Amino acid sequence: MTRADSNTSTDYVDLAIIGSGPAGMAAAIDAAELGLRVAVIDEQPLPGGQIYRQVSQPALQDRSVLGPDYYYGESLVKQFSTAAIERIGNASVWEASANHLCLTRDGRSHQLHFKTLLLATGAQERPVPFPGWTTPGVMTCGAAQIMLKSSGLAPAEPVVIAGSGPLLLLVACQLLRAGIRIEALLETTPAANYRDALKALAGAVSGWRYLLKGARLMAELKRGGVNRRSGITNLRALADNQGKLDRISYHHRGREHQLACRTLLVHQGVVPNVQLSRALGIDHHWDELQQCWRPGIDRWGASSTANIFMAGDGGGIGGALVAELQGRIAALAIAAQRKQLSDSERDARAAPLQRELERQLAIRPFLDRLYRPAPAFLRPADETLVCRCEEVTAGEIRRIAREGCAGPNQAKAFSRAGMGPCQGRLCGLTVSQLMAEAREVPVSEVGYYRIRSPIKPITLGELAAMAAPTNPVKAARKSAQKG
Amino acid sequence: MASDSAFKRLPANPAAVVNIWVEGQPITARAGESVAAAVLAAGLGPTRTTPVSAAPRAPYCMMGVCFECLMEIDGQPNSQGCMTQVSEGMQVRFQQGAREPLENAS
Ligand code: FES
Repeated sequence: MTRADSNTSTDYVDLAIIGSGPAGMAAAIDAAELGLRVAVIDEQPLPGGQIYRQVSQPALQDRSVLGPDYYYGESLVKQFSTAAIERIGNASVWEASANHLCLTRDGRSHQLHFKTLLLATGAQERPVPFPGWTTPGVMTCGAAQIMLKSSGLAPAEPVVIAGSGPLLLLVACQLLRAGIRIEALLETTPAANYRDALKALAGAVSGWRYLLKGARLMAELKRGGVNRRSGITNLRALADNQGKLDRISYHHRGREHQLACRTLLVHQGVVPNVQLSRALGIDHHWDELQQCWRPGIDRWGASSTANIFMAGDGGGIGGALVAELQGRIAALAIAAQRKQLSDSERDARAAPLQRELERQLAIRPFLDRLYRPAPAFLRPADETLVCRCEEVTAGEIRRIAREGCAGPNQAKAFSRAGMGPCQGRLCGLTVSQLMAEAREVPVSEVGYYRIRSPIKPITLGELAAMAAPTNPVKAARKSAQKG
Repeated sequence: MASDSAFKRLPANPAAVVNIWVEGQPITARAGESVAAAVLAAGLGPTRTTPVSAAPRAPYCMMGVCFECLMEIDGQPNSQGCMTQVSEGMQVRFQQGAREPLENAS
């Protein structure tokens, strides 16, 4: 395994970008054009992020399944792939500081030094704890979409889709178009959310295009004969004697119902992926409306650390078009900070982008109110597993909180919650909210897990080999030439 | 290992076929896809049992977040199946995670 990348000099770029979704790609294209030396690191072999995953080599033959919003990403990926940017695919960043990062690629770790860092690490689906959510056969709507995009795979039938949020309707329509029978679409959005959302109607009116899209999806489901039920509570997944999903139960209008299914796709919206921003020590605050943590950034994407910027869903949920605009705005700010651009030129170029950003964000207050998860998914019943890795229930978290455990970091010692391989990615939000509830204090007072590197699994051998740092930029270039 | 839980392959653009071994069983995968996707398409699983109670689990998020897809891939335990691309001849084993040796619980 002698590779051509055994160069021992550590490489240096002006701007390192983590994530090549819409925010990372747009920022990289503009920053490169403004004369910065840019490297973009992504965990996937192909650029696009989750939203445009594999759009340059789509698996599905029928383009109507995923629809135009997905293929919109083609031109962005093409621009990104031909620009003067170092693209480091298939690489996970496991540590970052204000001047360098460590990444693992092909089983080897490398260091990359930079002047400025842009985090474009996107979103993850909000953890959806409910009884039985660990049963094989229960997956997220995002997972189903990734399978469609990257493999042309559709879930085993019968399929039930349950939860809340725009992605729920979209995935249902995409599967329907692929010829998959959807047994039922169960919406858990509480009725009170509709009344609350009306307060933000002004924004919804200016975001009418978005509403029209939603209405079209609903009409499509109706035409497809999908059994759609709203106001669902008490969702529960039940396993057969092999431990695999074979039924779900739920309450509708005060009565319990059961449905046989092989796949249950769940969704309760998306939240910023804060693993790296936390590990970097960036300030985070609790967003009461979106019920998640978000890093503190200004209108340029600048964080509390001078040379670390954020763009896209990782800095607060806005969606793909917002992410692209934020990436471009951050690129201008970074170029100005690096004196490639005067401040007045930066402002002039950013003005139309910021206006468009405002227009795109107008719908958010309405959506955030409408799709706020039902309390049972934020603070589930005692029997529900909250930490999937270490199998800790909501009841146990409540108990240790009542017994005086102050916050999530202490909870680790009391219960092992958050100590498993996912490092709290799937329990952190829930644990903070349960503890806040039990202690009767705001979530912001309870805080979140302290995140420490490595934030991605690496082997001891890799660490040892890193003593002689190699050069990821040159390695990426070499393997691109080889391929 | 009933295959009524197999994911369904939809009409796809052409891609090379990759042969891998899962629990000693040969399966075919699509070049470029993840190990987790190939395993789900073959209807294999649950793909691991947990260290705490030996409960059965399978890939959940497919984007590197949940770590439910941990498998032994080419001898490397605790590899994320959803983040690893298939390659010819790859050997995949499911992890039976009980900390104490248990009678097969599932
Ligand atoms: S399926 Fe979630 S990390 Fe692989």
